[in-house]
Formats: sequence, C-alpha cells, structure tokens
Amino acid sequence: MKVVIDAERCQGHGRCFSLAPGIFEFDDLGNGVVIGDGTLTDETIELARLAQSNCPEHAISIEESA
Amino acid sequence: MTDKQPVKDFATDWDHTDPQWVDDPYPIWEDLRGRCPVAHTERFNGGWFPATHEMVSAIANDTEHFTSRMVVVVNEKHPPDELPAPIGGAPPITSDPPFHQIARRLLLPAFAPGPVNALEPQIRALCSRLLDAVADKESLDGASDYAQFIPPGVIARMLGFPEQDEDLFREFVHLVLDLVDLPTEEREPLFEPMTAYFDAQIEDHRLNPRDDVTSYLLNAEINGEKLAIEHIRGTMVLILVAGIDTTWSAIGSSIWHLATHPDDLARLVNEPELMPLAVEEFLRFYAPVTMARLVNDDLDFYGAAMKKDDWILLGFPAANRDPAAFKDADKFVIDRLENRHLAFGLGIHRCAGSNLARLELRVAIEEFIKRYPRFELSGQDVTWAQGQVRGPRSIPLRVVA
Repeated sequence: MKVVIDAERCQGHGRCFSLAPGIFEFDDLGNGVVIGDGTLTDETIELARLAQSNCPEHAISIEESA
Repeated sequence: MTDKQPVKDFATDWDHTDPQWVDDPYPIWEDLRGRCPVAHTERFNGGWFPATHEMVSAIANDTEHFTSRMVVVVNEKHPPDELPAPIGGAPPITSDPPFHQIARRLLLPAFAPGPVNALEPQIRALCSRLLDAVADKESLDGASDYAQFIPPGVIARMLGFPEQDEDLFREFVHLVLDLVDLPTEEREPLFEPMTAYFDAQIEDHRLNPRDDVTSYLLNAEINGEKLAIEHIRGTMVLILVAGIDTTWSAIGSSIWHLATHPDDLARLVNEPELMPLAVEEFLRFYAPVTMARLVNDDLDFYGAAMKKDDWILLGFPAANRDPAAFKDADKFVIDRLENRHLAFGLGIHRCAGSNLARLELRVAIEEFIKRYPRFELSGQDVTWAQGQVRGPRSIPLRVVA
C-alpha cells in the first residue's frame, strides 16, 4: 500500500507532517510531501490513515495496490 | 458606539456584532443550520451568512463567484477601482487569482515550518517570562496578563519591529477589526498613523537591512521588479492584524476551556502526548476567525438570490460545529482522531500563518499548565471580543493548590 498527496489539492495546512512526521515532510512553501515512495508498512499504515482523516482538503489518499 | 436595534431573528436580520451573537453564537448557528440555511441581513448594506460546513467549503473554494477584495465586514463597500488593483488592501488575503498566487508564494517561505519552528525556544522563553511576572499574584488574568502578550511579541520579532511598540500593534488591530461600525469618513482617517508607522519601519529597514520579514519583503521581486510600497504595507497590515488577535484569541479560549473543564485539564497535564490532538480540537471548537467575501455577480446559491457586492460572512467556526461534518460536533473531545477542521480556512486562502499560530498555541498552553497544573475561573466576568475574531478578552483565574 502507498500513500499519496494530491499536490493540486494540498494547501499546506500542515496536518500530515505534524501528525505523521515519519511519513510526510514539508517543502519550502510548507506544503505536505510524501517521504520516499510512500510505501506503507504494518507499522505506518495507521499513522497514514490518521493523517488522511485530518486533512481538511482531502488531499491524501491511500492506494491499496502493490 | 452603535444605536442599532437588537436582532430579533438572525435568519433574516443577522448581525455578528449583536450582543447575543458576541456572547454565545453557537446556539444561533445551530438554529440557522436547521431552518435557513443561508441567513440574510440588510445590515452592512446587505449580506449572507451560510451556516453549514458544505456551504462554507463551497464558497471558500469558489474564487470565481466570490471575491476576497474585502474580508472584514464593514458598513460600506469599496468599489473595485478604489483599491490599488490587482494587489488589494492586504495581499495576499485580499487578492484574487491570478495575482493571489504570486503574492502568496512570495510570502509562504517565511511562514513555512522550517523558519517558524526555529522560533520555538524564543516563544517558550517569552511565555515563561510572562508567567514569572505574575508569579507572586494570587489571581491572574489568562487573557490580559498572558495570552494577549504572546502573539505581539512574536510578530514584532518576525517583522523586525521594536517589541516595545506592542501597544501600538494592538491599537492597529482594534482599528481594523473592531471599529467596523464607524462610518467610512470617520474610519478612514484613523488609519493614517498606522500607515505612517509602517512607512517609518520600511525606511529604517531600507537603511539597516536585517534578517526579518520586512527586509525579506523589501528584497523580494515579482517578475524582476521590487514590490510596490502598497504591497509591502498591505502585507504588514495582514501579518499584524491576522497574526495578533487571532492567536491571542485561540490561546485565551483554550485557557478558558481548561479553567472550566477540570477533567480535560487533568488529562492534558497527565498525558502530555495528547497535546497535538488537543491543539487541533481547541482550534476546531473555538476557531476564532470568521472571514468575509463579496459576491462577484448576481448568483443563486442554495436557493438564496445573492446580488453583486452582497457580503458573505464566511463562518469557519460555524462550519466546525456542523454535525454533518463532525461526529459529536457540539462536544469538545480532547483526543478527537478525525478532525478536518477549518479553523485556518480552506482552499487557496488557507491561513499563511497557521504553522506559527499552532506553535504559539501549543507552547503557550504547555508552559501555562506546566506552571499551573490546576486553575479555575475566579469570577464570571469573562468578556468576548466583538467582530470576526472571537476570543476572551478577560479570563480571571484562581490558581488551585
């Protein structure tokens, strides 16, 4: 499973990298960016879901494939 | 200040400066959500108040039909050509696309988490100093002894303005946010000292550049050209006005909540790891900021026949209490896990200072409860600010042994 940020939707609320700093970081403008390729493990999936359910712009999605 | 009639029905005659709204707006919003849902008023030369999360989101994301040219509801509206187009009075909050994005991209790096997080030790030291100053008092005021001094100190540092000018900043904020009922001809001249102050600071920074946001704005360029003086001044107004009352209000409301909810206070003291979730719930439940828009052209919106230049009072705090968007919306849940609150707005105008505000709020609460793990209200005379920024201006507290 992979977590993805839709850069078109992200407005830099900063909820993802505050709640799940191991999965997300921020760019120079303060927008959220996925660290690495976003592959989730059993340990990180819940944190990724937490970030997803706190993004006011609904910019985070978790892809079930591969 | 005003001889207005009290509101009898907020659905047809809303007024966010009415004492009932100022004192406790939440039942009013709940009532409007149930029966309007877009409330109307003829006051302020006509406007609308959408009370649901869905409508607030729709307007925040629709910059085609709703302009940000004016974001504070006053009695008279400027025609578009009175402002230095395309900048707007306080860019980028008063700017529309496409200029908005240019002005915003320019400002965002200064308020990104990197530079903002570097301020944490200074903010903590400031909070600690303020608490030291009242350490010997048996009672203290969480707003006027503590919360109100934190954002001005931080903003002064960011802009590189003298910290001893804090009282002036509060006057400027009061002028922009509170004196909205004055007729334009009385209100406009009051802005002259603020403009003169900014010009003096700009001149000082031209002569003595330093590492702060003012020098950053003076050096910044758009398409190879330095920013217009109106742009720099306008952004200073934005940073001061948007950075002071708002955060002060959020800190104050949070302290008020903890003073009146001992269970939540005890949990936060005993489980400091809850702080990140608690901060977001403070922001949702007590979101201080309501914005405004103007309608660009006649429009049917959820059955409301909106006219060009009607006000929209954009109630992010009301959206945050909408049960259609939040489970147990009317309950403060200190460890709420799903919390897509709109305290910092939504869409392209998301509060540029949100990282700073969140940091100040967290540090202010951490330092306060570290010093005072138990406290309660010592009187009922809590007063709430009138207007589009809601927060307690006085929170008399008694420290519990």
